[in-house]
Amino acid sequence: MTVFLVLLVVALLGITFWQLSKIFKLSQGKADNTQVANDSDNQAQGKYMLCFVIAMYAMTIYCFVAYRSYFLPETASEHGKDYDILMLISVVLIMFVQIITQFLLHFFAFKYRGKKENKATFFADNNLLEAVWTGIPIVTLAGLIIYGLYTWTDIMDVNDEDDPLMIELYAYQFDWRARYAGSDNELGKANVRFIEGVNTLGIDASDSYAMDDVVTNELHLPVGRKVVFKMRSQDVLHSAYMPFFRAQMNVVPGMITEFSYTPIKTTEEMRQTDFMVEKVQTINSIRRKNSKQLIAKGEEALEPYEFDYYLLCNKICGVSHYNMQMKIVVESEEDYNKWMAKQKTFKQVVAK
Amino acid sequence: MSGAHGHHKETFITKYIFSEDHKMISKQYLITGLLMGIIGIAMSLLFRMQIAWPEQSFGVFEVLLGKWAPEGVMDPNVYLALVTIHGTIMVFFVLTAGLSGTFSNLLIPLQIGARDMASGFLNMVSYWLFFLSSIIMVFSLFVEAGPAAAGWTIYPPLSALPQAMPGSGLGMTLWLSSMAIFIASSLMGSLNYVVTVINLRTKGMSMTRLPLTIWAFFVTAIIGVISFPVLLSAALLLIMDRGFGTSFFLGDIFIQGEVLHNQGGSPVLFEHLFWFLGHPEVYIVLLPALGITSEVIATNSRKPIFGYRAMIGSIIGIAFLSTIVWGHHMFVSGMNPFLGSVFTFTTLLIAIPSAVKSFNYITTLWKGNLQFNPGMLFSIGLVSTFITGGLTGIILGDSTLDINVHDTYFVVAHFHLVMGISALYGLFAGVYHWFPKMYGKMMNKNLGYVHFWITAIGAYGVFFPMHFVGMAGLPRRYYTYTNFPYFDDLADTNKLITYFALFTAFGQLFFLYNFIHSMFYGKKAVQNPWKSTTLEWTTPVEHIHGNWPGELPTVYRWAYDYSKTNENGDYVIPGQDYATQVTPMQEGEVELHH
Repeated sequence: MTVFLVLLVVALLGITFWQLSKIFKLSQGKADNTQVANDSDNQAQGKYMLCFVIAMYAMTIYCFVAYRSYFLPETASEHGKDYDILMLISVVLIMFVQIITQFLLHFFAFKYRGKKENKATFFADNNLLEAVWTGIPIVTLAGLIIYGLYTWTDIMDVNDEDDPLMIELYAYQFDWRARYAGSDNELGKANVRFIEGVNTLGIDASDSYAMDDVVTNELHLPVGRKVVFKMRSQDVLHSAYMPFFRAQMNVVPGMITEFSYTPIKTTEEMRQTDFMVEKVQTINSIRRKNSKQLIAKGEEALEPYEFDYYLLCNKICGVSHYNMQMKIVVESEEDYNKWMAKQKTFKQVVAK
Repeated sequence: MSGAHGHHKETFITKYIFSEDHKMISKQYLITGLLMGIIGIAMSLLFRMQIAWPEQSFGVFEVLLGKWAPEGVMDPNVYLALVTIHGTIMVFFVLTAGLSGTFSNLLIPLQIGARDMASGFLNMVSYWLFFLSSIIMVFSLFVEAGPAAAGWTIYPPLSALPQAMPGSGLGMTLWLSSMAIFIASSLMGSLNYVVTVINLRTKGMSMTRLPLTIWAFFVTAIIGVISFPVLLSAALLLIMDRGFGTSFFLGDIFIQGEVLHNQGGSPVLFEHLFWFLGHPEVYIVLLPALGITSEVIATNSRKPIFGYRAMIGSIIGIAFLSTIVWGHHMFVSGMNPFLGSVFTFTTLLIAIPSAVKSFNYITTLWKGNLQFNPGMLFSIGLVSTFITGGLTGIILGDSTLDINVHDTYFVVAHFHLVMGISALYGLFAGVYHWFPKMYGKMMNKNLGYVHFWITAIGAYGVFFPMHFVGMAGLPRRYYTYTNFPYFDDLADTNKLITYFALFTAFGQLFFLYNFIHSMFYGKKAVQNPWKSTTLEWTTPVEHIHGNWPGELPTVYRWAYDYSKTNENGDYVIPGQDYATQVTPMQEGEVELHH
């Protein structure tokens, strides 16, 4: 409150100074044009424009080279291949247009920098030119739109073909749960109104499909089998973002959202890729460096990093939004079955 | 206002505070907008510091944030609050009111040849409602539980339930009240602009002789009138859900150990309502900046703006399309994927009028005689960031590609360049260009050059690397990334971005100093310092009520007769490379059909 009052006083002071400006108005000199750009300003600024576009190119090259390891590794899902091709085409196209237009803009600024004796060309209109730069974007975008929409329709077509694994992703402030449909591969009904005691997901105990459901805090997926995610939120909006699978869908309280993909790379395979080996090395060298500083301060050292897929919350959901994650493990069918056999069904959980 | 151009005695109150004069109101908008801008930018520095040096202690946090930064370490709730209020202030208070409010008010009457706005009183009320909403928004920073913190998009249920986060209590109530008043202000302003442009154009000022600034303000006002009421209704429904037990946006919620009674509501409905304003809002911010750029580039290139009719067409095209693309913010919201297809189609169409505008700007420079006044530099800078930022829109507007970059720093980089930085450049270009008209003084050009180059380098330094950070899948609105070791190698780049942000903010001090200093001690301006053709430069340097002494000017030509020559190759007005709109057609001269 005090701070607010102080600000108010500052604002009033501002108005006072404004009023004072009238006094200065009475004591001003003659009008002149010294603050308008002259030939030497035009010379200098025009050259800076040229330097600027060169610097922009340098920055672009630097970013693409120095940050090449920032791009996500090769996709871990089936549809991700189409996604990555579309992304590559779009990036190439964008960079092509960017390089040309920025050059023209800044080069013209340099080339036509003003001089007193120069005359500008009165060139107000040209229908052919307008048609060209309306037409080219139309054709290019038509291509992109059609390609994009085919991919989109494919990706978003969530269906039950090929006997997919049914999994519910359940989000709440601030964690995730996965509910597997169990041996019947059919998720039992659920609603937050059933939440009680150990039944933290609000599973409907009267639904026979629900009894074999399995709730876990890690997401295990068998490689090569299509998964259909049914997503449900307990409280606010969340978003299930799985960047390595090119997958994201908001999780909305009051409705069920869906996403589906087929994982094609096990966690182990992803760890073995050249990209990931190099990436993990870089990260671990950074972590060792940071650990030294931490130890010097008397704090604990950081654990060495090993790659795991993760799912993270990507829709602002409250104070711990930044740490709402779940580990994803993609493994062989046998490993998956072994892991699943160790989990408790809803029936077992409730019985206890 | 007819004939009311005599000087009648005004008190301090009627002249400076409750003024009905559009020129004074425009200055009020500008100063308020700049003050809000200082707050908004300062906030961004604070949370950028937290991102670069997570959970480190800073004395400046302790001083500014007090109990919200115990021992100088920023609290996560405050981080979210800063992000939220930064977005709100910059989008609405600085770039909507500060930009459009300032220049629509200043230029509409002056450039169409009117004595004032259609309703001076409504105009005054509009400003004071804006001022009131600013005060409420700033005041909300000081409430016990902190200001609104659910992101500037305030998606419920997070924004609807005080149990969900502390900022959703009184802070959110104040946010909603402030925005409701802001919308009322904006509607009054917009209606006034539309009516004024339609009715008060002076003799000879046909719609196709209007400067592009006026076209931009006019169309902006129309989309404002169409879309702002929808946000108002969304805000009202949200207020109902928060206070009166309705379930427009809430259903099946279990929070803090209890089930809420709400049933059947949908947060997706709110998203639709919000973005029905939210997307046109981008163009409400951007179109005035593009209008200013058109004017400044033409004047300083000493050439007509290229493709005047195509420019008008693209303004209208962008405005129309802007109202049917909102769904591209919601590709992964859970709405029907078929809608995603439709919105991808309409969204990518916007690239066409945008491309037309960009190429027209570039062609305007071609074979010009460019005068690099600071306003011109910022206009060229705008075209540059508009292209860089606009191009990545092709990725984000494509529903497929949006899946994996949605809500990452790629989005943050995109919209900051294409609407944030571009619109700010438009604001700066406008201030440098029309400062002589507003204050009768010149701003210092050398300080202007320093300001531009620091900003230009800094803005790209902040937002260009940010695209790459986003490509790594780094989510926005995260208090810290230290819980994800996978992001460890991004830390250096995040620091780099913060250094650039501090550098850019430092550069703005040159502008503030120049602005305030020139207001008092600037060189006195001549009547038409940039040798411009438009009507505002035919008014006297000293502001008078009613703008023109004597009769209103009559317009004989369009706004862009720069370097026009007759058959002999001489300028149509001998010895002068421009013909103002009040210059009658010379013998043998033909008016181009523009």
